Amino acid sequence: METPVRTTHHAEAAAAFLRDEENVDWHNETLWFVRSKRDKAAAVLPEWEDLREQASRIKNHTLSRLDDYLLELEKNAQQNGITVHWASDADEHNRIVLDIMRQHNATQVVKSKSMLTEECHLNPYLLKHGIDVIDTDLGERIVQLRNEPPSHIVLPAIHLKKKHIGDLFHQHLGTDAGATDPQYLTEAARIHLRQKFLLADVAITGVNFAVAETGGFVVCTNEGNADLGAHLAKVHIACMGIEKVIPKGEHLGVFLRLLARSATGQTTTTYSSHFRRPAPGQTMHLVLVDNGRTRQLASPDFRNSLKCIRCGACMNTCPVYRRSGGHSYHTAIAGPIGSILAPNIDMKQYADLPFASTLCGSCTNVCPVKIDIHQQLYKWRQVLGEAGAVDPAKKVGMTGMDFLFSRPGLYRFAGRAGRRLMKLFPSLANNGSLNPWAVHRDMPKPPVQSFRDWYAEQEKK
Amino acid sequence: MKVGLFIPCYIDQFYPQVGIATLRLLQRLNVDVTFPMEQTCCGQPMANSGFEKLATGCDRNFVRNFADCDAVVGPSGSCVLHLKEHLHDEQHPAEAAHLRDNVYELCEFLTDVLKVEQLPPVRFPHRVGLHTSCHGQRGLGLSSASELMKPKFSKPERLLNMVDGLELITLAHPDECCGFGGTFCVFEEALSAKMGKDRVADHVRHGAEVITGGDMSCLMQLEGTLRRQKSPVRVMHIAEILTADV
Repeated sequence: METPVRTTHHAEAAAAFLRDEENVDWHNETLWFVRSKRDKAAAVLPEWEDLREQASRIKNHTLSRLDDYLLELEKNAQQNGITVHWASDADEHNRIVLDIMRQHNATQVVKSKSMLTEECHLNPYLLKHGIDVIDTDLGERIVQLRNEPPSHIVLPAIHLKKKHIGDLFHQHLGTDAGATDPQYLTEAARIHLRQKFLLADVAITGVNFAVAETGGFVVCTNEGNADLGAHLAKVHIACMGIEKVIPKGEHLGVFLRLLARSATGQTTTTYSSHFRRPAPGQTMHLVLVDNGRTRQLASPDFRNSLKCIRCGACMNTCPVYRRSGGHSYHTAIAGPIGSILAPNIDMKQYADLPFASTLCGSCTNVCPVKIDIHQQLYKWRQVLGEAGAVDPAKKVGMTGMDFLFSRPGLYRFAGRAGRRLMKLFPSLANNGSLNPWAVHRDMPKPPVQSFRDWYAEQEKK
Repeated sequence: MKVGLFIPCYIDQFYPQVGIATLRLLQRLNVDVTFPMEQTCCGQPMANSGFEKLATGCDRNFVRNFADCDAVVGPSGSCVLHLKEHLHDEQHPAEAAHLRDNVYELCEFLTDVLKVEQLPPVRFPHRVGLHTSCHGQRGLGLSSASELMKPKFSKPERLLNMVDGLELITLAHPDECCGFGGTFCVFEEALSAKMGKDRVADHVRHGAEVITGGDMSCLMQLEGTLRRQKSPVRVMHIAEILTADV
């Protein structure tokens, strides 16, 4: 059940996704519907833009003293009876989780949504070591049964239609063939998951916010699956990236109002559960993971990407994401935010992602914590260009362009020659195999005269 | 005030009529405008491809051409935004800074600097769809963005509303990207083409006879899509509409 490693270039994956245009239109409209719900939820709060500003400032402040707040969190969590672990990277995180399992002789795990564990590829790691891990978020369970990663951080199975789910559940859960009724299918998943909840030795959850001053943490879900798992199992392991800490409990009032509105247009998540200490007879672990975050923190250009609260609003608004699907980004976190986070983890593997954008800037505007996403996409392009991670042919082309554009006489000559060639051989300019533009679009009709030639003539008159 | 007319390279080569309309519009509004003959490109294609540092020759050429202008005006939000954010010349830093601060997209120059309330009489009796270009809108602030919960406004719309007989249509997605995106349009060909197709469909569905905007690169994308579809819908730069009966 190992998650396959995808190295496909975004453009190729997008082109493959685009082959089924009807499906693309459906995907586009579905996500736009979520964006519209977000707009409505934001519009009713006169203080929306102030909330964004406040959230951004709290996060900036926290990041400026991240070490202090993490130590405060650790101290208070320990006083509450929570065991705190530090992991420098994904491997260490996975080892810590496995060690806890082994200490408890655990073989059955239920896990609620956690993008961090996706980032660390925890599931394949645990399965390899004989641990049966079940994702309990409905969307995540669906993609897990399909042996594929989530395509969206909030809506993991948004790339699938009811029919796909019906077929999948027929195959794995024994539902009637051809069934597409959401209530029937959800009920089947509920019965299936209920057995897993009851058998689980350990529950893993993510963390939306960890509060330094209380040593507690908050987990937001709509299905209550995190709560059911954590309350039934003897052991609760909560895994968080170190950027998830906030200073005070009162700050939750800012973030919880922004999170669900930005994500789905709900006023709040159905469950915003506060965990403070283990219940009698239970143990609770908190794993704090770096995995490249301190590297990002050290970079003034990219630091504020760590403000992200994983609402997914940038995906829903992104005209590229909506038409290429989450899997085209071949990383745990897709879309615009994923495209500025992933190159920090592996610059070569994710060099295509900062280019999978028109830099339209809509992501920056919807972001509830004001991350300058499109500016960072531009800056990553420069980093990748300098590091030699961009197609060498592109570099040659761009060097040539600068040569041309810094020589006005040559530019004038080349322009004239180019337009004449286009006039003489219009079929060449409009040949899609020579000119990618022309596969689906016509080239402009070359005029006889450039503007500057016209202007020079006027001056003479 | 001495105004330098900046005509981006692809407008110079492919859309001279847009340059002519821009020049005539400024002249009709009594602007002292000249076109420095040795200008070429703003450097954006290189920079957006990850090679900002390779655009130094191009940048230097721009500074050389426009350094003695009080203001620079160009009919392209995207090129203007690039200059505002990234124009540098190590040998002439003061001139480059002056140009970054004083380069204007045509519409904002009209509404913010000239404070145009009324245009010389112009009539354009057509149903027009305004394509809001992202870099002009979100980058230069030419109009409000649908994502932000702030008062609505649009500088290009204000100018179009001064045109006699012109009817602006309402779109389902007033500020969705057209998918041009510079080199994105060839490196992500399939996606870019689909975005263009969707953008055009919104205008066509709502009865546009003409699609206009302040950025010829977006309009080139929409025009290329329309022409491939053999659509009768025309594409015109906003400067052409504002000087329609000259």
